[in-house]
Amino acid sequence: MADTAAIDVAPIAAALPTRRDDKALHRMIFVGIALLLIAAPLVLYPVYLMKVLCFALFALAFNLLLGYGGLLSFGHAAYFGMASYLCAYTAKHLGFTPELAILSGTATAAVLGLIFGSLAIRRQGIYFSMITLALAQMAFFFSLQAKFTGGEDGIQAVPRGNLFGVFSLADDRAMYAVVCVVFMAGMLLIYRIIHSPFGQVLKAIRDNEPRAISLGYRANQYKLAVFVLSATLAGLAGSTKAIVFQLASLTDVHWSMSGEVVLMTLVGGMGTVFGPIVGALVIVTMETYLAQFGAWVTIIQGCVFVLCVLLFREGIIGLVAKLIRKPL
Amino acid sequence: MARDVILATDGLTMEFKGFRAVNGVKLEVERGTIHALIGPNGAGKTTCFNLLTKFLIPTAGTIRYKDKDITGMRAADVARLGLVRSFQISAVFPHLTVTENVRIALQRRLRGDSFDFWRPEKVLRALDGEALALVEAVGLSDFADSLAVELSYGRKRALEIATTLALDPEMLLLDEPMAGMGHEDVDRTAQLIRRVSKDRTILMVEHNLSVVASLSDRITVLARGQVLAEGDYATVSKDPRVVEAYIGAGHA
Ligand SMILES: Nc1ncnc2c1ncn2[C@@H]1O[C@H](COP(=O)(O)OP(=O)(O)OP(=O)(O)O)[C@@H](O)[C@H]1O
Ligand SMILES: [Mg+2]
Repeated sequence: MADTAAIDVAPIAAALPTRRDDKALHRMIFVGIALLLIAAPLVLYPVYLMKVLCFALFALAFNLLLGYGGLLSFGHAAYFGMASYLCAYTAKHLGFTPELAILSGTATAAVLGLIFGSLAIRRQGIYFSMITLALAQMAFFFSLQAKFTGGEDGIQAVPRGNLFGVFSLADDRAMYAVVCVVFMAGMLLIYRIIHSPFGQVLKAIRDNEPRAISLGYRANQYKLAVFVLSATLAGLAGSTKAIVFQLASLTDVHWSMSGEVVLMTLVGGMGTVFGPIVGALVIVTMETYLAQFGAWVTIIQGCVFVLCVLLFREGIIGLVAKLIRKPL
Repeated sequence: MARDVILATDGLTMEFKGFRAVNGVKLEVERGTIHALIGPNGAGKTTCFNLLTKFLIPTAGTIRYKDKDITGMRAADVARLGLVRSFQISAVFPHLTVTENVRIALQRRLRGDSFDFWRPEKVLRALDGEALALVEAVGLSDFADSLAVELSYGRKRALEIATTLALDPEMLLLDEPMAGMGHEDVDRTAQLIRRVSKDRTILMVEHNLSVVASLSDRITVLARGQVLAEGDYATVSKDPRVVEAYIGAGHA
């Protein structure tokens, strides 16, 4: 039902049923994205691209929960940030190879998602969102106080190390290749989740929870499952980012990070397959190229947010989907 | 003659902040019958349904289904026992297609839980044939691929019935299944209900009294949360208290 999230989570874009020829279109877009990823480093900085990809994956994971689970989390920074800490710590202090460090970060997010999720899903709507926020604040203060996170400094100079102990990732191009693979895998997994028997039940619960329950679905178990999946993938994004930027810091667990991923998803189009990627691209680009304006970035972001909510609630991709009458 | 009771309540009571919407209701539904629950607006019929299907926890009283005390069970688990309800306000999945609406119920019955997020949707196509048959049974073939949100109110009700039937429930609780339907649809739905009642038990709330008269084996009249009268249509409709309750409510 509409009241399962603080905002209406069934925008028109998500309303279009995916038919078989739409899947063919999606496949073409996936191929297109892969080709773009191959060509992009020729014209753009790999570091900028990697940032976009990490955030795009984060936003995709968030959108899985919001757009398809109908659950608005205000605390996704917790999974992104804690994963990034664990990844950075294991890579730097325990000598984990990058893939193992990323794995341990991701696993941390999964466990955290299971704990926080089982506390939050008992409540509906805005109460759910508030609990996720409160729990994320706890994660933030834990990160601020705990020894291993390095407090205000964070964990710096994290070694990128050698993939599988063999391939050095010190070079940005090698790192970029790894990030591309992680991103594509994450994106395709999310696409599969959305279009699976599980995803079908999820959409039903998002649409009308009491009805789904009356059909015998234990809605809370499905909500918890998608919460954990979303947190895990957010953790994958956070871990990867820690390796790329060789840094895990308080920024990643701060509530503003939770807000940023909401923004990316809304700008791109929640409940769309590709929207979060575009949203991440827009927001990261804005931050990168407007950085010179300092505090103005925040204000501009705020304006974009307000504009999105007021003018085009479907987001960029949602709008395109509406125009071409195909789910994207 | 021992009566074969499938669903029984005793002293069922629901209090909302001091207001008793349902007050000490004793209800016995016999297996294989169509049992109607009628009463003026606000009598507590929907609240009863919510209690029976565990969408509300009763303040007092017990509910037994197939000789099992289900008073403390969760809603989804009651549904799994074969006691399935429909809703007064048409309850469909608006952003799924008509076929998908029905299929989601089939999916639960035939596959159990679907936590398999790694499998493609394709595996559900095996259910499409059965889903389409049910869609046809309620006269929605022409809309099989439409989104449920696009259907008219009457068609949404029909879709809801098809979805409920997809679970092949042993007992159906229908809350005003024909509200908002045109004449033709009412007739078709009445026939459908009679057809599916063959090897099922049905408890039905309905305001359309001619439908109630023609369909139901037994009627319970509820007023102000309490059972006012019970019996077949002839008995109940002659009961002066029932007549008064209806007229009284009409004036209120
Ligand atoms: N959640 C609730 N909180 C407070 N009061 C409620 C609640 N649900 C129902 N009521 C009250 O309980 C009474 C019975 O409501 P109910 O919906 O069960 O009636 P009904 O017999 O189904 O009526 P109708 O024929 O109009 O559908 C009404 O007075 C209603 O206002
Ligand atoms: Mg009612």
